[in-house]
Amino acid sequence: MASPAADEDLPQVLLIKNPPAFAVLGEEHFTSTKFRYLKAFESSLPLHDFLAAHGGSVRAILASLSVVDASVLDLLPEVRVIATTSAGLNLLDLPECRRRGIKIANAGDVYSTDVADYAVGLLIDVLRKISASNRYVKQGFWASKGDYYPLGSKFCFQLRGKRIGIVGLGRIGYQVAKRLEAFGCSIAYNSRKAKPGVSYPFYQTVQELAAKSDALILCCGLTQQTRHLVNKEVLAALGKEGVVVNVARGGVIDEKEMVRCLVEGEIAGAGLDVFENEPEVPKELMELDNVVMSPHCAVRTRESLMEVGRLAVGNLEAFFSNEPLLSEFEDD
Amino acid sequence: MYSYLEQELQSRFNLFKLWQQPPSKIPEFLKSNQRTIKAVVSNARVGADAQLIDSLPNLEIVASFSVGFDKIDLKRCEEKGIRVTNTPDVLTDDVADLGIALILAVLRKICPCDGFVRSGKWKDGDFGIVTFPCFLLQFSSKPVGIVGLGRIGSAIAKRAQAFGCSISYHSRTQKPLKHYKYYDNIVDLAKNCSILVVACSLTDETRHIVNREVIDALGPRGILINVGRGAHVDEPELVSALLEGRLAGAGLDVYEDEPEVPDPLLRLDNVLLLPHVGSDTVETCNSMADLVLANLEAHFNSRPLPTPVI
Repeated sequence: MASPAADEDLPQVLLIKNPPAFAVLGEEHFTSTKFRYLKAFESSLPLHDFLAAHGGSVRAILASLSVVDASVLDLLPEVRVIATTSAGLNLLDLPECRRRGIKIANAGDVYSTDVADYAVGLLIDVLRKISASNRYVKQGFWASKGDYYPLGSKFCFQLRGKRIGIVGLGRIGYQVAKRLEAFGCSIAYNSRKAKPGVSYPFYQTVQELAAKSDALILCCGLTQQTRHLVNKEVLAALGKEGVVVNVARGGVIDEKEMVRCLVEGEIAGAGLDVFENEPEVPKELMELDNVVMSPHCAVRTRESLMEVGRLAVGNLEAFFSNEPLLSEFEDD
Repeated sequence: MYSYLEQELQSRFNLFKLWQQPPSKIPEFLKSNQRTIKAVVSNARVGADAQLIDSLPNLEIVASFSVGFDKIDLKRCEEKGIRVTNTPDVLTDDVADLGIALILAVLRKICPCDGFVRSGKWKDGDFGIVTFPCFLLQFSSKPVGIVGLGRIGSAIAKRAQAFGCSISYHSRTQKPLKHYKYYDNIVDLAKNCSILVVACSLTDETRHIVNREVIDALGPRGILINVGRGAHVDEPELVSALLEGRLAGAGLDVYEDEPEVPDPLLRLDNVLLLPHVGSDTVETCNSMADLVLANLEAHFNSRPLPTPVI
């Protein structure tokens, strides 16, 4: 640990909010001899006032679940790098960053496996009613009321042979595909463009993909192009026996329309880790047994939090040593 | 009974519905119909014990709507020349899928997460720091140990491999064609994995195969998954291990005395409890029913049985 005197000479890295990795695992895992943290969240001042007072010489931001737009960047004239612990970049004003010559270091591949694992978990849960059955048993109903399925009927569905449509075949989407193939599913996808060297069938539009899928798994980033990508037409194409799993961003789906479809039985079920206006969740979903929800925690494993925090620190150390970033985001 | 199976049995045979009889009336019911009953359709929970077999002198075949036949007195059936059939293969994928679902749900706390959102608590604060169990555990790349590398165990192994897990197993004999690490005793298997999955058949040798020693070997970071039979696990030992934090969690589809579930487990967030639904999908239940019907039809038409046990 640097002595207090030397510490003050270290360049500052702005923390707007406390990153989950620091809060959950302890900040001591993420300190560095090359910089120190300037913690805006510990101040009682509103963010812009704090930055006006303290932001003048800050050269780097460690962004985590916080908006970084022009109004913030105006108060940070020396910032040249933003390291983020988030997989998604939708809270950063990327064109503004580019305009100001600010580099972005993102979470790289750290989260891909955990998000892919979670997407598979949500899908099986919806198809096999895992959470709903668990609730049933824990309420004591199995002993008192009998089997979960009324009158000897079944309403769970097999995974084998299901047609999976992956929206966004990036790192996460690809890992989801690999996992589900082992369950006997067939894979097709839609992405901004077809991926060379990938043998899965490619569909130009999400609507076409939905029409040929039993389940849609959303793994794309949230951009202007993907906002409400899954809309009324796509949900109608998916159909009454179709299922949606969203581990991307709530904004990729027209949430109001999806809720209506679920309530009216126009689609069969949904597994949702993200919502349009977190932590607000449409109350209609709370009553439905064919929906599985989680509080945006697909990335939250101890292992991933540790790795992403360390990666952010590594990126910042590289920056302050004038070395190439470890995981620079290149918009392609 | 699964309604499709019930309808088909009713249309093709003279069906006596034992589950509709109050338990006290069963002996009388059987006695008054014993001459005509030639077949019994059983399942994973209600089988054909010696008492039932002896009360049906004209019994020729027991066709089980399950792959497990631990609830059927095979010895008695053999003595009396009674055929026994089960429903292998058609449910392998579903049970394996459920095994993986249990692992993911326990490690990643999918059910408590869902409950957290449903309760409205998410709106109250940053769940990760204050109110929520934030140490969710990764599945990918964890070492998985499988007890019983038969059809179901192998299917579970194949799926777990897609998550980058290393696979090891214990079974009666080593399987030379499977390139997973073999342990000739279950304690060593438990010591060397963090996810232990029970997928073997229930026999005298495998009753309580997961006991205190195995649970201790699996350890406080390990989780136990059971898609075999409740009797594979010493249930009271499992309960106390979970209550005392000597196991990280458990995912169970089967119990020693279904549908009774040990009361303390009902309140544990790191335990997932399913009501024996391993093969409960529409597709598989239809296939299992068709197999039961095919075995019965074959028997009564003196043709070879599709899936005989004996």
